[in-house]
Amino acid sequence: MSVTAPPPAPRAARAVVRPGDRIFAGIARAASLTIMLALAGVFVFLAIEGLPGLSAPENIYAPAEDFWSYVGPLVFGTILAAVVALVLAVPFSIGVALFISHYAPPRIAAPVAYVIDLLAAVPSVVFGLWGGLALASSIRPVTDWLYANLDFIPFFAGPPSVTGRSMLTAGIVLAIMVVPIVTALSREVFAQTPRLHEEAAMALGATRWETIRLAVFPYARSGVISAVMLGLGRALGETMAVAMVLSAAPVVTLNLISDTNPATIAQNIASNYKEATPDKQAVLIATGLVLFAVTFAVNFAARWVIARSERKVSR
Amino acid sequence: MNHPTTTTTTLVEPDAFAITADLTQARLPRWAVLLVGVIALGVAGLVTLLTGWSPTGGLVLAVVLMVAGFPLWSMVVEGRRAAADRLATSLVWGAFVVVLVPLVWLIWMVVSHGVSAIDAEFLTYDMRNVVGAGGGIFHALWGTILVTLAATLISVPVGLFTAIYLVEYGRGKRLARVTTFLVDVMTGIPSIVAGLFALALFVLIFGPAIRVGFGGAVALSLLMIPTVVRSAEEMLRLVPGDLREASYALGIPKWRTIVKVVLPTALGGIITGVVLAISRVIGETAPLLVVAGATDSVNFNLFEGRMMTLPVYIFSQYSSPGVVPVGTEGDPPGYARAWGAALVLIVIVMVLNLVARLIGTYFAPKTERRR
Amino acid sequence: MIRTSFRRAVVPGIAVLALAVTGCSAANDDGDGGDGGGNATSSGLSGTLAGGGATSQESAQTAWRAGFQTANPDATITYDAVGSGTGRENFIGEAFSFAGSDSYLDDDEGELTAAKERCGGEDAIQVPAYVSAIAIVFNLPGVDAINLDAETLAQIFDGKVTTWDDPAIAALNEGAELPGTKITPVHRSDDSGTTENLTDYLSQAGDGAWSYDPDGVWPIKGGEAADGTSGMVSAVKGGEGTIGYADESQAGGLGLVSIRVGEEFVGPSAEGAATALAVSTPVEGRADVDMAMDIDRTTTESGAYPVLLASYLIACQHYADAAEADLVKGLLSYIVSEVGQQAAAEQAGAAPLDATLAERAAGIVDAISAE
Repeated sequence: MSVTAPPPAPRAARAVVRPGDRIFAGIARAASLTIMLALAGVFVFLAIEGLPGLSAPENIYAPAEDFWSYVGPLVFGTILAAVVALVLAVPFSIGVALFISHYAPPRIAAPVAYVIDLLAAVPSVVFGLWGGLALASSIRPVTDWLYANLDFIPFFAGPPSVTGRSMLTAGIVLAIMVVPIVTALSREVFAQTPRLHEEAAMALGATRWETIRLAVFPYARSGVISAVMLGLGRALGETMAVAMVLSAAPVVTLNLISDTNPATIAQNIASNYKEATPDKQAVLIATGLVLFAVTFAVNFAARWVIARSERKVSR
Repeated sequence: MNHPTTTTTTLVEPDAFAITADLTQARLPRWAVLLVGVIALGVAGLVTLLTGWSPTGGLVLAVVLMVAGFPLWSMVVEGRRAAADRLATSLVWGAFVVVLVPLVWLIWMVVSHGVSAIDAEFLTYDMRNVVGAGGGIFHALWGTILVTLAATLISVPVGLFTAIYLVEYGRGKRLARVTTFLVDVMTGIPSIVAGLFALALFVLIFGPAIRVGFGGAVALSLLMIPTVVRSAEEMLRLVPGDLREASYALGIPKWRTIVKVVLPTALGGIITGVVLAISRVIGETAPLLVVAGATDSVNFNLFEGRMMTLPVYIFSQYSSPGVVPVGTEGDPPGYARAWGAALVLIVIVMVLNLVARLIGTYFAPKTERRR
Repeated sequence: MIRTSFRRAVVPGIAVLALAVTGCSAANDDGDGGDGGGNATSSGLSGTLAGGGATSQESAQTAWRAGFQTANPDATITYDAVGSGTGRENFIGEAFSFAGSDSYLDDDEGELTAAKERCGGEDAIQVPAYVSAIAIVFNLPGVDAINLDAETLAQIFDGKVTTWDDPAIAALNEGAELPGTKITPVHRSDDSGTTENLTDYLSQAGDGAWSYDPDGVWPIKGGEAADGTSGMVSAVKGGEGTIGYADESQAGGLGLVSIRVGEEFVGPSAEGAATALAVSTPVEGRADVDMAMDIDRTTTESGAYPVLLASYLIACQHYADAAEADLVKGLLSYIVSEVGQQAAAEQAGAAPLDATLAERAAGIVDAISAE
């Protein structure tokens, strides 16, 4: 396990193995096998239902020609939306988590933590409603400003969408959906920092920020990354909210504020599955398979990054 | 300590006052925050007035000025380290305020739209034979409670035991490595795919016409398990090894140690994780629509017949809101019901959250853990 | 020691169960009391019937369900608005007893044959049930209605006509003051029957201005897009200079386009849609029970509004189960009856079928029986 430095191995307990131990360990192992089975089930289902989608008649993929040119922009859009969401959400989440665990007076911290947890439960449909009805129209001045002043940056190349239903809006909605998840887990991890480490830092004359940097962050790193990965999972797979907010098209563009934005895989499935013919449904399920693969890849990359950073920062 | 802030004093006549004066450093007064705030607001207000910006733009400028100005002042008076600390504090507070804006906005929107829809009829009526205005969420309310409860009953044991396996038993084993990886992958299952999978599974077993609430629970647990495993795993890892060793030293078997020492220590975090997982899935629409179907009537049986749930209810009320009665203005009647149902859903989670916290503090051993 | 923790958990558990048991049914359906049906002419059908499909029919299905269930208090009908494609697939897979579909079954992907197999080798019934005008809506402050012809409309949606004061538009609206606002065409991002019918209209009537094939998926890459009718309406409302298309019943508060039919300009209306459907031609080579129709978008019939969506009900002629056959027959007969069509007109803004079509449909569904 490379995620967290493991607690010292309790070798002594191995001396006597009691039946209770064996049963308990068995149950635990069975649980993780269940997960494997469930996932294998999903994978097999996706593969069986989706494989015909890789080679469907050409007109099914319109306006693209084949599966890969159909799914390419979707993968791009999925990753772009998730990246925008995480870039916006992670700093704020960590800030709020720190606020709750270390900065706010307890009387404020508890209700704030509570409200943030609550937000994780707002149904995605409601986020969609809010994004489409309230945020989209309020964001127009911002996108106009970005277009007027920063249009040399490809992200803000514009022209801005008149309805505000752009990738930026979708990214903000996703970010707000991700914030509670990342915040809730991060603050638990921050709060678990051993008191002694913090007190030691303070005793050496460290300021509060230095204490956090030296004692809290190293201890919490893997937990925070885990939290971010969970948030990423939600951002990658979010369906309804994106569908209700994003003005989507099968294109590849970095432009975040125009009315033509790359669609995401999950949103594309939700939008098109309902009315799809069997052939098209197979194609859509195949894109689900691709989303799976993307998550695989992203997780792999994240693990590699964690492993590297842990090797660098010896603790 | 690379920054010399203390000066060595010659120990001749220990004058208490002199030592204090030398050891401390210039500090900003307590009211400095307020002062900077007021100045930032003032400057931003002036700029807004002069350039004709929108009030929002002015507010943003004020926040930026505040976050940048305060550490700068501190830098001049207190030095670099203190300034970094001030900057971090400003940023953390800033993050909190910025995050609060959309959250409050969203909640306000749901409350203001939803509260007028909620009355006794709304909570106790279903939608059977209701056209136009009226009707309620009774059927969807119970559907959501039952389906989510069933999903929790499936995913918490599986998730928790998996986490226990990963942390306590599987260390370094291939199965554990694979499981961790698979759990990560599972977080990426799009909800609609989970629903389609559950449908395929139930159709395989029970025939094509099957639409049951339990199928929805299976789909939801697919989405819940990774969250439960991930959070439980993190929490179990954070339980200090000393505690385990102390327990082993007393001759307590490993499984008893886990049940009586490790789990209770991590209980608060685990419960937060579980509630978070419930929160994550209770608002899922697509999988439930596919597997559990939609109905107007009450159904308490998870294993037979379609079951309405709140998110599906909200979505169907939003997507086919009915018709505005001829000759009247305003939104179709479905919108009000959708907002009302959304508010109820949020309240349910709020209560759930509260209960979970109470249970958490009730069961958790007294530790020095900060909240 | 373990027991104490369990005991603590048991109490709230029982409380929850108790709540579940006491909340036994919704306040508005006390079921067998029979207080709801003043007219006791109920044919007394009972049982549960599952259908589903096109989302466009959802509001109308709600109205029909309410009417039918009121007349037959022991019957429960469900309609899963899962979309036409899924509806047809579920009908063929025997998950649904009947399906609603925005496009008729055809053999492009073998669905017609598959449906025949599902119905024991007999042709499947297809009757138009829900007919609705598709309104071309726009949001231009100060302008409530404009006239357009199919060609100009095609150019607008194709991005060739880009401002509201374009000479092509001005020529059709003499005397109207049109601002120079940029036109933002909005299309559905989802695959929908509405889009298919609009693009069919544009390609048939657009005089070559629309070079794309009719399709449920918007054929042009890029541009403003929104999901579902509700999303479309809120997008059009949310921007200035926007133009889109939505079910006429949901177009409240937006500007309406009158389209040129022959020499006159016709606004969207239920009557216009019914008239246009009545003059359309049946698809060739279909069985007697199959009322599939190709809508004549180029009709010059006075008062006809050819941008319409005709949604079909698909069922079998014979069902193995007598109760199922009776329910399907009962429901479908009610739907195509004058009462049923009127209910849909009031509650969902649908266009009632004209007398000839309704009579033929009634004859077809009346013949449904058990094998």
